[in-house]
Amino acid sequence: MTEPILEIRNLCKSFGAVVASEEVSLDLRPGEIHALIGPNGAGKSTLIKQIAGNIAPDSGSILFEGRDVTALDTVARARLGLGRTFQISSLAMGLTVLQNAVLGALGRRGRVFRFFRPVMRDRALLDAARDALQQVGLEDFAAWRTADLSHGQRRQLEVAVALTLKPRVFLMDEPMAGLGAEGSLRLTGFLNELRHEAPILLVEHDMDAVFALADRISVLVYGKVIATGTGDEIRANPEVRRAYLGEEDAA
Amino acid sequence: MRREPLINAAILAVLLAVPLWAWWTDEPFTITLATRVVILALAGVGLNLALGLGGMVSFGHAMFFGIGGYAMGILASQAQDYEPLMEWPILIEGTKSMPVIWLTAIVFSALGALAVGALSLRTTGVYFIMITLAFGQMFYYFAISWPAYGGEDGLSIYVRNEFPGLNTLDPIQFFALCFAILLAVLFFMSRLAKSAFGLALVAARQNQERVQTVGIGVYRLRLAAFTISGAITGLAGALFADLNRFVSPTMFSWQTSGEIMVFVILGGVGRLYGPVAGAALFIVLENVLGGLSEYWHIYLGALLLGVVLFARGGLIGLLAGREVAHD
Ligand SMILES: Nc1ncnc2c1ncn2[C@@H]1O[C@H](COP(=O)(O)OP(=O)(O)O)[C@@H](O)[C@H]1O
Ligand SMILES: [Mg+2]
Repeated sequence: MTEPILEIRNLCKSFGAVVASEEVSLDLRPGEIHALIGPNGAGKSTLIKQIAGNIAPDSGSILFEGRDVTALDTVARARLGLGRTFQISSLAMGLTVLQNAVLGALGRRGRVFRFFRPVMRDRALLDAARDALQQVGLEDFAAWRTADLSHGQRRQLEVAVALTLKPRVFLMDEPMAGLGAEGSLRLTGFLNELRHEAPILLVEHDMDAVFALADRISVLVYGKVIATGTGDEIRANPEVRRAYLGEEDAA
Repeated sequence: MRREPLINAAILAVLLAVPLWAWWTDEPFTITLATRVVILALAGVGLNLALGLGGMVSFGHAMFFGIGGYAMGILASQAQDYEPLMEWPILIEGTKSMPVIWLTAIVFSALGALAVGALSLRTTGVYFIMITLAFGQMFYYFAISWPAYGGEDGLSIYVRNEFPGLNTLDPIQFFALCFAILLAVLFFMSRLAKSAFGLALVAARQNQERVQTVGIGVYRLRLAAFTISGAITGLAGALFADLNRFVSPTMFSWQTSGEIMVFVILGGVGRLYGPVAGAALFIVLENVLGGLSEYWHIYLGALLLGVVLFARGGLIGLLAGREVAHD
């Protein structure tokens, strides 16, 4: 079996009495989509934040391409190749859509300390940015102010910016939220191809998308991974049905 | 929606026409007022880089203004007394040469901004305002208690410093020199605002997390902006001292920091020509309202409140409308 690119070992994180991660271990292998599902408040976003370096775990470690990155900050992890999208869009709202994408391409290239050449005339950066916008279907909105986009479009822009980073691993926190049926379907098709560029750790509530895309699924409940397996294994798992999927059936 | 460049050009045209007219009609006082506007605008352009583009609310920019002023004062006073600054280990003499004074002002205010920024930028929000204020006051009290260069009374320079090929004692020539510097710095700032650095800096002001997520560290970004910002305000300080042929600890005072900030806010935070419009408005008000009433600051305060509450883009925003994000 291939070596995992991303490996999470015994991660623990509590907020006071709330246990958001309890001995969480999982990994991400080349070419796969590993979905992380679980009810609201299970600790999915908290796990993504620990992997991306926004919050420090209480204990446990995160290995990226065999290297322990637990002590590194967000910037260093992004530079190593962790491309992340936020559950609640986190963009520079006063800039245009294209500028946000160019910022991503600039982050990928480095060499930020350039004071004199107009960045929005930089062919290489513009090409990378436009290409990413086109991939998510935002090319017609390039000149829009980001604040004027709909919520769904902001999610698409999040993905586009992550694309410009050409990361080694994608961490995506509910990229389908707010997209609508058609948008979800389109993004599902897109992610299905994207896995060949880099594996994806995908937090998602849209179960159709999850079962269509995921090679493996991990189920998080109250900060604990109660099961990891293929779609069929997860569907058949009685504990999962009781704790999570059962709720949906009942609803 | 491309009114702003026209308005900017109009501001420059007026700023150039007024002293030329005054020169024609032989009113040197008006030329000096226009020179004041240009120099204070330059100080504001410096602050605007930190405050407007970078979102760093520095309440201590007077320290760079003062460093620039004292760079001029110390070099020129040593030169006029024929006393070298230092004889050992190397001989350093004072100078009356403006280019050398400017360079000294830029280097020392940049170093000051680098040191102060390196410490202050570990904090944000109100703490950043307070720590920059505290550093500014530290310089102020130091200048007051440093007897070698006039202490509280300040330092007088008898003859304005020299610039090759110009008679700097002629008000219109000194104005032209300051105006040229302002133009050059505005050009540099317009390029910087559109550069890779400018994009990252502005993005970090709007959403720091976004910038970090694409792998760009915001601390170094802000520190570089703060350093350049301090250097520009320092250069303005050297010119201001030369205009008055006098430096005093007042240049370091928090009131001076506040005034520089007022230029930026009045004119329009983050707008390239905001500080120019703001400084011009300030000097006009000071001379018109100041002639009518001793308490003109009350009206200034009311105006400032109006701008903050109703016209966030300041004078430029009022005239040109919302900022166009796209280049
Ligand atoms: N910064 C925080 N401070 C305190 N509690 C938090 C914080 N972030 C998340 N939590 C709590 O941790 C739990 C997991 O949250 P989260 O990771 O956002 O869940 P999910 O993304 O699975 O819906 C929730 O109970 C939430 O209230
Ligand atoms: Mg979440």
